[in-house]
Amino acid sequence: MSSQSAHAEGHAHPTAGTYVKIAVVLFALTALEVLAYEMAHGPTMPLHTVMEATLIPVLIVLSAAKFALVAMFYMHLKGDGKMLTSLFVFPIIIATVIIVMLMVLMSYWEVVH
Amino acid sequence: MSTVAHAAHPETTTGIDSRKVAIWAFIGSECLFFATLISTYLVYKGKSITGPLPADIFEIPLVTFGTAVLLFSSFFVVLALNGAQQGNRKKLIGWLTLTVICGLFFVGMQVYEFQHFYHKGLGLSTNLFGSSFYLLTGFHGTHVTLGLIWLSTVLVEAIRGRVPPQKAMNLEIAALYWHFVDVVWIVIFPVVYLMR
Repeated sequence: MSSQSAHAEGHAHPTAGTYVKIAVVLFALTALEVLAYEMAHGPTMPLHTVMEATLIPVLIVLSAAKFALVAMFYMHLKGDGKMLTSLFVFPIIIATVIIVMLMVLMSYWEVVH
Repeated sequence: MSTVAHAAHPETTTGIDSRKVAIWAFIGSECLFFATLISTYLVYKGKSITGPLPADIFEIPLVTFGTAVLLFSSFFVVLALNGAQQGNRKKLIGWLTLTVICGLFFVGMQVYEFQHFYHKGLGLSTNLFGSSFYLLTGFHGTHVTLGLIWLSTVLVEAIRGRVPPQKAMNLEIAALYWHFVDVVWIVIFPVVYLMR
């Protein structure tokens, strides 16, 4: 029995079981985000010093994982072919470059002035 | 597992339904729109001269609950789509109703949050944090509201029996927009509320 629903044009959508698994992972990742935040901001929490120093990269990795899971499975990019993926990924790359470059530019401007 | 046949659509040069290509192109342009708002928030972060500041007003438990509800709504809408593709009207209406309820809760949470912050002294022009915060989360809230209106119209059509499996694409396109609203919040939640 196929684990994927057949798509008329040859693409495939995940089944309800896969959607449930993805939902569980998404909630677990959200819980980890909040846990990391609490550890970084609570001086009495375990690993407080480590988490305080690594909070931003940890949150970036966790939210990127959530973003990718929703795009791949709930938005069906995993089975919908490269063209639609390109339509989404290319603007995402430009958006990331815009955010990083603006932050670098403003930080440089502050140092100079 | 039952197989789900999608509705046949007119042949296109790409082999993909043109409506789907259009919504993805629109979502791509929206990514750039939100990138500018997120950039503005990050550039102005920590540069407010007067309060209230994020540490004074944010209520992480409430926003975490709102985030979970929005994630639930994304989960419910894919189940509704699954029902629509299988021709299961009961499943379609049930999951889609839950999606709309979750969306309404999220918008309600945001309205409560804005009102609460305003009473604590954070207006649109109070400081740089206020301006960039309301602009970013306000535009996101507007998108959620538009998505809610869109999904509600599909729900009304489904109740009237006008969303057969051949028209499941109508829900799929609305669902794609709804998931986009969700992924934007997946970025906003840590950037605005947790990284401070």
